[in-house]
Amino acid sequence: MSDTLSASRLDAADREALLDTATPIVIVGHVDHGKSTLIGRLLYDTDNLQDGKVQQIIESSKKRGLAVEWSFLLDSLQIERDQGVTVDSTRIPFRLGNRQFVIVDAPGHRQFLRNMITGAADAEAAVLVVDANEGAQEQTRRHAMLLRLIGIRHIIVLLNKADLLGFDEQKIRAVEQSVTDLLAQLELKPSLFVPASARDGDNIASRSEKSPWYKGPILTEALAAVPSGNTRAALPFRMPVQDVYRYDDVRYVAGRIERGVIREGDTVEIGTQGSKARVAKVARWNAVDSNEAVAGESIALVLEPDVIPARGDMLFLPHQAPEKTARIRAHLFWLRQEPLRVGESFRLRLSTAEHQVTVASIDSVLRLDDLTEQQAEEVGPEGFAHVTLVAGEAIQFDPFSPGTSDGRGVLVDRNQRIVGGAPLLGPADLKDGHAIHPSAGEVDSAQRARSKGHKARVMWLTGLSGAGKSTIARLAEKKLFARGTDAFVLDGDTLRMGLCSDLGFTEADRHENVRRAAEVASILTQAGQVVIVALISPLVADRALARKIVGEAFDEVFVDTSLATCEQRDSKGLYKAARDGKIENFTGISAPYEAPTKADLHIRADGATAEQNADALVTHILSVI
Amino acid sequence: MDHLDQLEAQSVFILREAYRKLKPLAMLWSLGKDSNVMVWLARKAFMGRVPFPVMHVDTEKKFPEMYAFRDEYTKKWNLDLLLGYCPPVEEMDPTLPPAARSAARKTAGLASMIENHKLQGVIAGIRRDEQGTRAKERVFSPRGASHKWDIRNQPPEFWDQYATPHEEGMHIRVHPLLAWREIDIWRYVERENIPLVDLYFAKNGKRYRSLGDSDITFPVESNASTVAEVIAELETTKTSERAGRAMDHESEDAFERLRVAGYL
Repeated sequence: MSDTLSASRLDAADREALLDTATPIVIVGHVDHGKSTLIGRLLYDTDNLQDGKVQQIIESSKKRGLAVEWSFLLDSLQIERDQGVTVDSTRIPFRLGNRQFVIVDAPGHRQFLRNMITGAADAEAAVLVVDANEGAQEQTRRHAMLLRLIGIRHIIVLLNKADLLGFDEQKIRAVEQSVTDLLAQLELKPSLFVPASARDGDNIASRSEKSPWYKGPILTEALAAVPSGNTRAALPFRMPVQDVYRYDDVRYVAGRIERGVIREGDTVEIGTQGSKARVAKVARWNAVDSNEAVAGESIALVLEPDVIPARGDMLFLPHQAPEKTARIRAHLFWLRQEPLRVGESFRLRLSTAEHQVTVASIDSVLRLDDLTEQQAEEVGPEGFAHVTLVAGEAIQFDPFSPGTSDGRGVLVDRNQRIVGGAPLLGPADLKDGHAIHPSAGEVDSAQRARSKGHKARVMWLTGLSGAGKSTIARLAEKKLFARGTDAFVLDGDTLRMGLCSDLGFTEADRHENVRRAAEVASILTQAGQVVIVALISPLVADRALARKIVGEAFDEVFVDTSLATCEQRDSKGLYKAARDGKIENFTGISAPYEAPTKADLHIRADGATAEQNADALVTHILSVI
Repeated sequence: MDHLDQLEAQSVFILREAYRKLKPLAMLWSLGKDSNVMVWLARKAFMGRVPFPVMHVDTEKKFPEMYAFRDEYTKKWNLDLLLGYCPPVEEMDPTLPPAARSAARKTAGLASMIENHKLQGVIAGIRRDEQGTRAKERVFSPRGASHKWDIRNQPPEFWDQYATPHEEGMHIRVHPLLAWREIDIWRYVERENIPLVDLYFAKNGKRYRSLGDSDITFPVESNASTVAEVIAELETTKTSERAGRAMDHESEDAFERLRVAGYL
């Protein structure tokens, strides 16, 4: 073949097919059972290799004193070629007749499980490669389990290296039976077994004369028969909000439709808050105008009234609400190198939503040697388990279902690292021994109020750094104490010394800081105290969370000092450091401050003394307790 | 939805994630076909706007047609263009083969732009089908403070959940075109009528299939002078796209070494 590019026409049917969506196929199996060789052979035999590639592989093989090493096609990294292992997954486009596929090669080595998941999670079908001579090995079991957890139902088992058994029907049937039994334990039913030799090309793209007894489809025929992706358009509408933009005075609610169809004029319900709005416009740029959009499309909706949903809010049609619960049963595949224990907290990412969750119980752990589910205290590195997750608020989700994007939870640790996959199965029943049962107190709040002479209340002081929150809080505390009111200050720096010393200043950490402060304030109100919280708490959403945690006895107090005044005071030297770029995410400089729009008390602090401001706060407190 | 619709929807999703999660963010604009498609996809995602700067890391060795194109479309598309320049080749790793050494200038130029603008996210238009090491990439690919790509320790990425920066000084390379193939790019160019530099179209029996620096990029033989003809040509060719890129062919690992060091 020359370097000259020649133009010739494909027929109309071919051209049509090339525009179809590619079907991802993942190739899995134990190390050395021949995955990479299979892929190389498959691409070569089906004429899917570019000229340069073959030459490259021949050269790289020669250099290492090997015969043509097909795995080099995918193992494009030096370490992979030198050590003969696949380090990371690869995706290679592949055309078979008039159908497009993407082949995903997943590393077989145990420590590379996370790379395998990276490649395999969205596959429509899997080819499980099993060395016919060796039978199923540990990675065969592990990978099969993973196929089950990520919901791949169509599995083709390739009994590779059948030449080592001389393509003997009886011997091959025996291996087939043992693999069938193994998969049955995982509730997996392979659609097909193909006896093959990837190295020699037997039953891959052409029928082998060495196995005349085998009448089933060869691999390429089996792939061509894989059903293409399920249509999600027929399911109830779901669009998780990805972001909200405002351009030219129009607010666009951006997101990808995960299921169903949305039409202009439809009324949608927004997240757990239950507010409703009408879809005034399905907005697109440079596209054929259409008043509807279907599953898979990334679009923007203009809503009426002009509500402002938050990222993560699910949009759905009112009579088709998803599940809503704070206790969730989940499968788990655990990717961290240290074990998981009960009580650990994570961020659960579910589509574009994030929730704080705690592992309330490890209900069972899968033992890979015999595939039985066992009770265990912890989930080991790269283990599989059933767990119960508990969240601080109700989570909306559709239970995990293969072929959809439903319930695909991912656990993220404090350092923003993905540590596990957690397909959400459904609401968890409260079981004895696992449930959290806060015991009701024998002393109620009315009794406490009578005894103290005042009611409990939380004053949540928000404002810029240097606005004077702590000063006002301390002065008010002193004044209240002097007149017998049981008041106590929780300020940001004190919290960060101890309770929140593990937190930084990212948006997620600040959110957690606010949550903890609110929980402590809530407990103190149960003890009958007036709690004055002095915390920048820059985001509306975080303060809304605090109000939710504390409940009715919550007042938002805006200590309104101009940025110029705060920066001029700069009592801690923080503004200077932020301006010099030494502090990231500094409120007012490099991070946003969202001022309250209707605070319960608005202290305009600029023109007044701290004493006057504290008096204003005390007056307000006395009027509500 | 057809194949192009699906690729477009996924890329838009990725761009919106990047815009939401990485600040400050910028997009590389090399003026080639892929990066023009990428700018176009950003306009899709943000209702006709590109709400972050585009960066051209200029080796000052591009074709004149490319500079003219840049000036024209910066204005037409209302882009916030950041320019960065590359240090001289004499300052590059002398153990690299010559063309790769020349390409390494771009890595250095990019690195200083990332530092100067304190970028947390850099959107780049690489595709898996271009080159073996690119096939190993993540959509959100974390880079340490030295901008190095740690191939052996890439974070998991599945179900559209992406890595975000978690250490001081690190940034994320965002790859919204990873799943696109060369022919998808061209079909999308045709469908959306996206302008390209003329060098992609045949004159006197030659055209450029991939554009880089003028001294290390070579044309291929072709008579395809329109987008439709290029598509027809690609439907049957078996020659690899980067056949005209010298640095890919100098030694087996030249490209990998470049990429590990932070090249695209």
